[in-house]
Amino acid sequence: MSDDIAIRVRGLGKKYQIGGPQEKYLTIRDAISYSVKTPFRRLCYRGVDNLKREIWALNNVSFDVKKGEVVGIIGRNGAGKSTLLKILSRITTPTEGEVDIYGRVGALLEVGTGFHPELTGRENIFLTGSILGMRKQEIEEKFDEIIKFAEIEKFLDTPAKRYSSGMYVRLGFSVAAHLEPEILLVDEVLAVGDASFQKKCLGKLGDVASEGRTVLFVSHNMGAIKKLCTRALLIESGNLVEDGITSEVITHYLDQSGSISTNEDIDAIISKLPPDPTIRLENIEMYQEGIQVFQTVENGIPLEIVITYEVFERTHGMRVYFDLMDSDENLLFRSFHDEQSDTIPVMEKGRYKSRATIPADILGPINYEIRLRATIYNVRTCIPSPIRIPINVTQTGNYNKSYPGDTFRGKLGLCINWDTKKIL
Amino acid sequence: MKPDTEPTIKIRPPKKWVPINFRELWQYHELLYFFTWRDVKIRYKQTALGFLWAIIQPLFMMVIFTLFFGNLAKIPSEGIPYPLFNFAALLPWTLFAEGLLRSTTSMVSNANIMTKVYFPRLIMPISGILSPLVDFAVAFVILLLMMAFFGFLPTIAIVLLPAFILLAVLTSLSVGLWLSALNVKYRDFQYTIPFLIQIWLFASPVVYPSSMLPEQFRLLYGLNPMAGVIEGFRWALLGTNPPEAMIMVSVGVVILLLVGGLFYFKRMEQYFADVV
Repeated sequence: MSDDIAIRVRGLGKKYQIGGPQEKYLTIRDAISYSVKTPFRRLCYRGVDNLKREIWALNNVSFDVKKGEVVGIIGRNGAGKSTLLKILSRITTPTEGEVDIYGRVGALLEVGTGFHPELTGRENIFLTGSILGMRKQEIEEKFDEIIKFAEIEKFLDTPAKRYSSGMYVRLGFSVAAHLEPEILLVDEVLAVGDASFQKKCLGKLGDVASEGRTVLFVSHNMGAIKKLCTRALLIESGNLVEDGITSEVITHYLDQSGSISTNEDIDAIISKLPPDPTIRLENIEMYQEGIQVFQTVENGIPLEIVITYEVFERTHGMRVYFDLMDSDENLLFRSFHDEQSDTIPVMEKGRYKSRATIPADILGPINYEIRLRATIYNVRTCIPSPIRIPINVTQTGNYNKSYPGDTFRGKLGLCINWDTKKIL
Repeated sequence: MKPDTEPTIKIRPPKKWVPINFRELWQYHELLYFFTWRDVKIRYKQTALGFLWAIIQPLFMMVIFTLFFGNLAKIPSEGIPYPLFNFAALLPWTLFAEGLLRSTTSMVSNANIMTKVYFPRLIMPISGILSPLVDFAVAFVILLLMMAFFGFLPTIAIVLLPAFILLAVLTSLSVGLWLSALNVKYRDFQYTIPFLIQIWLFASPVVYPSSMLPEQFRLLYGLNPMAGVIEGFRWALLGTNPPEAMIMVSVGVVILLLVGGLFYFKRMEQYFADVV
């Protein structure tokens, strides 16, 4: 029965070449020098063809999506989720395999695609709407709804370059949210904006899903996937490794990756910790401006990490600490709950809440992982394998803020004090 | 519905020959309009003189060319005052050159959109050649004023003017298609363009009449489609000698370039998002 099928994917594969002639920003000179050098290199490295390294970003992926189904796609960064959506939305072509799609497709891979900073809010609504595939008439009809949802009524005729990043994102999402395709492909767009706006977006996506439209949703936000999707696909280094009921797929994914992104997941991992005679972790929570956050955080406001735990006996040198790791597993800094005390403190028996605040303008707009542990100084480690909390940072801070298009370099977005005066 | 209903969209690995889907292109005509509109709008935002720039550029070139080629080098202008002779050529020339420049860089400068949304990529170079038409229209008013000043009445051939404008636009598009597709992979092309345009300017009858060339080379000269366009312009507006066969050669060249460019573009289009 194919008449209730919305998307049929068969043997889909996508190969990228790295290090070969398809490298980015290739100039003719490179192409010439490459072809001149290649025969010599071939002679030198006979058998080992490391000139053209091939990467299968997607490999033999097959699945069907029925009409009206809401499917979540999960997997680590670089697993191939976005490549899959890019093929389904026809941005790029597959290397092999085929896809048949039954129905009008709308893809939302980025918020505010095509926004031009010089154009006003009103003009950008028309431009972005039309880039996303809406007709002019459709945009006109929904215009009032769009500005209402985005909450930018007052700034309609202001150039977008004067918008705050929050307004930018709200307007971008709002236009996209009023697309009415039969099949909607969404990639990680909820990872932007502040907590309350994220909630609003999730609600809107929920509405779309409940209207009986087909949705494919890529996200790292397991809470959102759980809430919206009935079925989930787990992709791992280009392969579809699991396809089933959302909660089961998520559990498997979290089990193997050891990373967490909702409160329940943190609870689940804490409850699996081997019991320790001295300390028991109860809870770890993150807050920004009093709102609980999961995974997606902003760097323009402080991030609080609240750790609740119980100490069973009077202990000398009990230390709760966390490591901030970058995505390449480098340790950026380690912070102990008692790092600024003058002497080694003694912890009495009881329950404790430790609150660590990472100030604004410390984190860069990249992904990190917080690894939490506890130790007794010079005695032993209490939590053998750390609790890993991934965080994806959204740029709202002051660091390099006038250059949003600039590539972020480095590991931290520290705001160093600069003072520049004209001296002549 | 039967189980074997035709899918709305079929996604397959890249092919060598991709048919050009004109129906889909038409479905996206509003997007073409919005891209063109955006380019026109942005071009003169935050400029003090705004649309005056559309006139200033060709006007200044005309003054300089008149000084050096008209007055100093005394290049013949077929009995027409040199400024008018030159300006009537500069208009289609600027239309062509601006269009070529913008369509060539269109894919790369819109890379952020291309890697996030699907639409027929042909929209990009096409919108690149359409936005200079607005500048052209503004400058055309100046040309009419100049004709009035020098006491020139357009001949009946002016009805053919739109055809020559179309030919200029198509020339721009046909070359732009090749170069924009190449530029995605080899950024060298966008640096070559200003240089190419300069050479092409002197290879076209902008500062001199094509009648300066020996009779037997005129047909050959038509291989440069801009020669046909420019002589056509002068003929339609100022009543110079009709370009006759030369224009036919130009039209033929443009058709060949355009069809080839379309297919080359469609083939390369399949890799754009990966390479850009």
